[in-house]
Amino acid sequence: MNIVTKPRILIQNGRLVDPAQKLDRVTNLLIEDGKIAAYGATPNGQDVVLDATDKIVSPGLIDLHVELREPGWEEDETIATGTAAALAGGFTSIACIPNTDPPIDTQAGVEFVQHQAERARTCNVYVLACVSKNRNGEELSEIGMLVEAGAIGFTDAELPIHNPELLRRALQYCVMFDKPILNHPEVLELTHDGIMHEGLLSMILGLNGLPTEAEDMMTARDLRLAEATGGRLHLMNISSAESVEMIRRAKTRGVTVTAEVSPHNFSLTDESLRSFNSNCKVNPPLRDQRCIEACVAGLQDGTLDVIASSHAPRAPEKKMQELDQAPFGISALETALALVISELIEPGHLDWNSALEKLTINPARVLGLAKGTLEIGADADVTVIDPHHQWTVTRSSFRSKSCNTPYLGRSLRGRADTVLVGGEVRFQVS
Amino acid sequence: MSFELDEIDVIPESWTRSHLLDLESLSTEEITTILDTAGRFKEATHGCKQKIDALSDHTVANLFFENSTRTRNSFSLAARRLGADTIEFSSSGSSLSKGETFIDTAKNIEAMNVDVVVVRHATPGTPHLLAQNIECSVISAGDGPHEHPTQGLLDILTIREHRGNLAGLTVALVGDIAHSRTARSNIWGLRKLGAHVIVCGPSTLVSRRWEELGVEVAYNLDDILPRCDVLNLLRIQFERQYTRPFPSVREYALLYAMNGDRMQRAKDDILIMAPGPINRGVEVTPDVADGPHSVILDQVTNGLAVRMAVLWLVAGARER
Repeated sequence: MNIVTKPRILIQNGRLVDPAQKLDRVTNLLIEDGKIAAYGATPNGQDVVLDATDKIVSPGLIDLHVELREPGWEEDETIATGTAAALAGGFTSIACIPNTDPPIDTQAGVEFVQHQAERARTCNVYVLACVSKNRNGEELSEIGMLVEAGAIGFTDAELPIHNPELLRRALQYCVMFDKPILNHPEVLELTHDGIMHEGLLSMILGLNGLPTEAEDMMTARDLRLAEATGGRLHLMNISSAESVEMIRRAKTRGVTVTAEVSPHNFSLTDESLRSFNSNCKVNPPLRDQRCIEACVAGLQDGTLDVIASSHAPRAPEKKMQELDQAPFGISALETALALVISELIEPGHLDWNSALEKLTINPARVLGLAKGTLEIGADADVTVIDPHHQWTVTRSSFRSKSCNTPYLGRSLRGRADTVLVGGEVRFQVS
Repeated sequence: MSFELDEIDVIPESWTRSHLLDLESLSTEEITTILDTAGRFKEATHGCKQKIDALSDHTVANLFFENSTRTRNSFSLAARRLGADTIEFSSSGSSLSKGETFIDTAKNIEAMNVDVVVVRHATPGTPHLLAQNIECSVISAGDGPHEHPTQGLLDILTIREHRGNLAGLTVALVGDIAHSRTARSNIWGLRKLGAHVIVCGPSTLVSRRWEELGVEVAYNLDDILPRCDVLNLLRIQFERQYTRPFPSVREYALLYAMNGDRMQRAKDDILIMAPGPINRGVEVTPDVADGPHSVILDQVTNGLAVRMAVLWLVAGARER
């Protein structure tokens, strides 16, 4: 058997920020055999040398909430295009949610996604499988067998786990596998036909509202069930000020809960819907300034652990419909990092260490992955970030098959410059 | 028989809009321009009874994605009174049911060399999306519960005809404010012209948030009635409600129906309006609807005048 050795790679002169080790210093990073080998090394003749002067060298970014749409919705995205978008966005690992057709609720489904991801040879893909069979919210899926196939967590994606008994069982059952349950909190009776955040503007525009209490009531329920069962609960898509506060209090009590927020929920308000742009239709909706401030405060004090893109690509012909017919969702993988830099780091809300924590080690911990750090010996998943590059979001910026973004035309700062997965350069800006 | 009109053969310099999508974005001057133009058309056509040669060689398409009889007929007749050709396009369901997006539908109609598209749709913002995607002028004939600008304008024109001036008048909009596009267009138009607006109805259908826009919120009709110069009685939009916002129609009528008893306590010169279609016995009893204070049929005539004015203004602005 031939042993093919990968070339040594030296990332030179970058500012290495590794929140897992509380490390922040300018140094050289040596990668050997797909692993982080040493800091401060000097180049020898055979090394591939990547200059990272004035750049941030971060553990590869991890996104735990991505829709890849395949199988079933290939007009929106495929595993190949979605993972290419992830790489270009700086993500070396993503977890995909099972709102596919069929939904990922069998071993074969999990293996199909893994197989397609291997073929694409882009970033690492981890599968979040269905909590309930066929995502119908009635019966637990075969969680043990899905774990066996490689599922790393369970969620019914954008469908909230409506039945509290099912969630209680799922949390209890997953304790023995040590896997998280990810739930999108929304009481559907309160959001029927909703299109945008319920507030003054929804009243003026005559659009049905998605009130914050719909999110808050299920957040409250879920926190109580996590507390009662000791299961690992992850709350997806937190957007409301009251939910942030409830999670904060639950964490103080020691409840094992983690929570995420998406870049659009800390950077845009419902005012974006003024133009009736369906690319601003997302669930949870773009809320008000008060909610944005609460989400930022939640990120600052650690109440919100994770920044997740909530990437939901939708084909243009679906979005080019009347606002009530157009589906929810934003294609977000390729703007997430720039929004963190432009909206959180540059204004001084978060420093690099705490921002990258929410994109690396924290999502790794939620998913139970031995990733998200640049410790010696760790997998060499590395994202080199150019924090200064100013760019404008256009349709051609996207590798994703869908460019349903509210940021078209917006000027953002920062991008992934070079992305390494397992010690290989998989993406580099031209 | 066709009339030439000297004083309205060119649109006013100040009018630049090639679309009419809502009243919220219009200035007071723009609203006044439409009302004045409507008044002149009405006069020149002897109450909208005769034709005027203002939009010959033009084509107006009525694109109705939601049921409508009076608004559609009113727009058609207004277009024909101006000498324009009309195309009628109606679709009960969404365009999606035919596998075509509404923008595709509109582009197809535009390809027939249409100058103005009049659109009615159940979804707020659809006229705005259309205006962004096609070249011709777009007039909203109502977009879900959002706005119904020509209805707002014809209501205001009717009040102006009877009272001369809107400033200082107290106008109450009574009923299903939450789902009423007529209410929204009235609120913006009336406020811009200086009227005091009260929204009155069950608390499930009248949000306190209207106060943030300078509108008075009331739940008790009898309390506000003696102060009102105009009552505009809005229809309960059962079709837009997911859950029933009040226990029974009987209870609603008891609390909000304008009836003979309540007329006793109203001002002597109160105007009773309703955008129609009216549910007799629910919002208004027949004696009031057909009584001396009712201007409901004036509203219908003024609808023609306003729509003639709007068609002419937006088409003119587009050509200029």
